[in-house]
Amino acid sequence: MSEILKVENLRVEFRVSQREGGRRVAVDGLDLKVSAGEVFGFLGPNGAGKTTTMNVLLGFLPPTQGRAFLFGVDVREPIARQRIGYLPEMTYYYKFLTAEELLRFYGRIFRLPREQAESRIDQLLKLVELEEVRGRPIRTYSKGMQQRVGLAQALINQPDLLILDEPTSGLDPLGRLKVREIIQRLKNEGKTVFFSSHELGEAETVCDRVGIMNQGRLKAIGRISDLVGGNQSSLEQVFLSIIGHPPGDGGQQTPQRPGN
Amino acid sequence: MEGSRLLKDRATEGLSHMHSVGAIAVVVIKELYRRKDFYVLFVLTALITLLMASMSFFNDRQVVRYLKEICLLLIWISSLVIAMVTSARQIPAERESRTIFPLLAKPVTRGQVLLGKFFGCWAATGLALVVFYLFFGVIALSRETEWMLAGYFQAWWLHWWMLGVVIAMVLWGSLVFAAPSSNVTILLVIVVGILLLGRHLGKVAARLSEPMQTIVYVVYYGMPHLEFFDVRDLLTHQWGAIPWWACGLATVYALIYTALFLTGAWWSFQRTNLGER
Repeated sequence: MSEILKVENLRVEFRVSQREGGRRVAVDGLDLKVSAGEVFGFLGPNGAGKTTTMNVLLGFLPPTQGRAFLFGVDVREPIARQRIGYLPEMTYYYKFLTAEELLRFYGRIFRLPREQAESRIDQLLKLVELEEVRGRPIRTYSKGMQQRVGLAQALINQPDLLILDEPTSGLDPLGRLKVREIIQRLKNEGKTVFFSSHELGEAETVCDRVGIMNQGRLKAIGRISDLVGGNQSSLEQVFLSIIGHPPGDGGQQTPQRPGN
Repeated sequence: MEGSRLLKDRATEGLSHMHSVGAIAVVVIKELYRRKDFYVLFVLTALITLLMASMSFFNDRQVVRYLKEICLLLIWISSLVIAMVTSARQIPAERESRTIFPLLAKPVTRGQVLLGKFFGCWAATGLALVVFYLFFGVIALSRETEWMLAGYFQAWWLHWWMLGVVIAMVLWGSLVFAAPSSNVTILLVIVVGILLLGRHLGKVAARLSEPMQTIVYVVYYGMPHLEFFDVRDLLTHQWGAIPWWACGLATVYALIYTALFLTGAWWSFQRTNLGER
């Protein structure tokens, strides 16, 4: 299978005050490959380096060292983003636009022909169940509806690779189910999905492979069935032992909900 | 053959870049006319203009001129506020609401985003100016003997280009200063300072001793002389239009400063780590 996403020896440092040591390493020595048609879960606690890695992949942040490629093209080239869809965490879309105006705007960015764009907008609004409110300004939408608009904009160009940052963050159980169904559908269509999450159950349900980050380093990577072996009985227990909270240490410890 | 294909490819690529710039600009224009700022300022200006119109019933030309001056001043203040406030919030709002991320995750460069914001703000301000000048023109012309269409066009045109320089300055400021409010405050002081005192700075420099003289001369020759674009007196006193070559020269002057400020803004934007948490 061809590699859609590739990260080589990635290191990202941030400058911080001298009191805090002058620099902070957010990602250190990350090597990662995701193949076409895979659903890859990028897991880790808050501050593990997941979002920083995604920011490098999307060209928002220059790496201190190492390289990243999408479809074999260096991520610093805008053309690398032609075939991807991205859903950021907690975004408040232009509140003065309606959902269909927003999708039309992103369609224009991709230079979709007008007719094709209109039919794609209809499909997407149906998919995310916002058909009824398509003409209402986004400022009147609930958080869940805004997240679904976000998902629709990420799919406007029929991407081959979808990068989702905490796609179910802040959603109610029904909203989470809906997002999970969409990811499943994309997987069935042969799309590649790369998503970060704190929801281990979600990862277990939809992912072909997962990578677990902690303190900027990739601690484990592989199929869930391979990671959950021997005495370990669930992905949650593997996750907790990797991040330094062995099961049974301190009772019912579960990963924290996203705070940022 | 190869050369013409290369040229064609370049032209297609350029058009593609402008397509994204245009899409971003349209969103900025929509934002302006869906917000209330413009309408409030327009109503305020219209009220004073109508007041001016009612005063002409007394048939006192001096009063009419005086009120025309006030009305044009109000148009200048209103348009300056619209241009500065609209452009100051563009990039910070994109960052605050995080819409910059899905936008830059598309095949769009930061330069295109910046250009789209600039053209959107400039076009929106230009449209607002058209409304202001049309309203003022209709009211004023209904009571004047001579129709100075060329004068009105020149006043609008130069005013619009002056606002282009200001918008480019403010966009750069929005990438340098932490908060939009501090950006607007600092640049408003600078712009008003240039408009009121800019033309006198050369005389001030001549009276100073070194090294202050050199410093003030550098400021005088380096700053954009926004007062060049102020031809309100043409409308107030019904003087004829200025020579078209002078109008063209002022346009080129504005274009150079706009390009300089946009280059500075692009440089700052390129250095901004958007993904830093």
